[in-house]
Amino acid sequence: MAYPTAVLEAYRAELQGIRDKGIYKEERYIHSPQASGIEVEFPAGAGLKKVVNLCANNYLGLSSHPRVVAAAHRGLDERGYGMSSVRFICGTQDIHRELERKLTEFLGTEDTILFPSCMDANGGVFEAVLNDQDVMIADRLVHASIVDGMRLCKAMQDTYKHADMKHLEQKLQEHQDKRVRLIITDGVFSMDGDLAPLDEIVALAEKYNAMVFVDDSHASGFMGKTGRGTHEHFGVVGKIDIITTTLGKALGGASGGCVSGRQEVVDLCRQKARPYLFSNAVPPPIAYAALEVLDILSGSTERRDKLEENTKFWRQGLTEAGFVIKEGDSPIVPIMLFNAKLSQDIARDLYAEGIYVIGFFFPVVASGQARIRTQLSADHDIPMLKDALEAFKRVGAKHGILGLDKKGIIEKFGL
Amino acid sequence: MKEVILEYIKNEYLDEDEADEMSLDEHSPLITSGIVDSFSMVSLKRFLEKKYAISIPDEQATPEAFNTVSNIVELVKRHKKEA
Repeated sequence: MAYPTAVLEAYRAELQGIRDKGIYKEERYIHSPQASGIEVEFPAGAGLKKVVNLCANNYLGLSSHPRVVAAAHRGLDERGYGMSSVRFICGTQDIHRELERKLTEFLGTEDTILFPSCMDANGGVFEAVLNDQDVMIADRLVHASIVDGMRLCKAMQDTYKHADMKHLEQKLQEHQDKRVRLIITDGVFSMDGDLAPLDEIVALAEKYNAMVFVDDSHASGFMGKTGRGTHEHFGVVGKIDIITTTLGKALGGASGGCVSGRQEVVDLCRQKARPYLFSNAVPPPIAYAALEVLDILSGSTERRDKLEENTKFWRQGLTEAGFVIKEGDSPIVPIMLFNAKLSQDIARDLYAEGIYVIGFFFPVVASGQARIRTQLSADHDIPMLKDALEAFKRVGAKHGILGLDKKGIIEKFGL
Repeated sequence: MKEVILEYIKNEYLDEDEADEMSLDEHSPLITSGIVDSFSMVSLKRFLEKKYAISIPDEQATPEAFNTVSNIVELVKRHKKEA
């Protein structure tokens, strides 16, 4: 064992640097199941506070749904707790394959392979299907796990301006000499809540002989008329070559992810994707619960319809109250504050009002684009959202931002 | 060279409305301001290598070396001399 003083000091200095920048992350302890109303201990040691949760990815309110919890219990009883093996040795149960089949059906693809998380799916898929004769052309706002996955891959990296189809087309023209051109995008972008124009992306892919990759983690289960995802929303089901998504958000919210798409892509991942090869599958309770979630969603669109209704109410309410929000169709509704300190002050004041939200600023979002990201759930109801809206109005009025546009807020608070 | 690189950065990294609003010169910070991030920096490196027929080793393609157009010009000139 050696832990030299110089190393210890370097670590401490780095931690202090993070604190000095004001970006040190502190966890808040929740003492209740995940839901639209939760009990939170924050700061550590403080008494419990009941708050409305507007920052979970629990879009369909299934994280603690009785049917999902009961299914997880059943999984534990019937298939045990863990597998103690990777998939290809002795770590695959019938239910893992069953879940892959159900996800394939749900997403409208050819086959699916489970990963321990979508972070792992994104970390493994590019390296498994691309080589140094290929190019990856990614939207500049894709999720960090995609950036990491691309860095592990030998194919050439390129990027296009966020959702800018002219720029994407230019890049596709530039890379016509490559074996594979893979267009890479999120379906719904997590920080802005806007959608990648998948219909236009698919048209460009067809024109320039490119494949399309979509991370639909913030869409699977609720975007599109039957909740299949952003590809359903844009009418391009069956035309996305690779979809990655998570079971850790709308689809039960525990953990697990997948790569779903062309048969050969999935087969290659099963042979070559390192996060799949060298880690265990999701445990039986999660597999059972995820199957139950897909059963609930295949039986009725009630939950995604309610989420849509809540989202409309929330977007309209905030706009009428005079907040600047990012326009869009998704249940991710960012309230733009531009100034980093203002985003922190407003988040703090909202917490005092019983509203749990987080303020985001550079480098999580672009400089001068600080915001509070609110996320709706089918577990919210209109009276709850009405009360939350009143709290937002009180705090907005206190800071004098209601009715101000971007220019007005920047003039008042700076960047 | 300065103008060519500035023009490339405007086209490659700024949206049309940003390009109108922002006055970018050879001393404007590119990386620390968030205009160019490490993820999208690779296309700038490739552009420079192709345009000026040089090869920039990865270890020299640092955020510092790419932070301003004037730093980039210096880096390119150094490599052109070596070439």
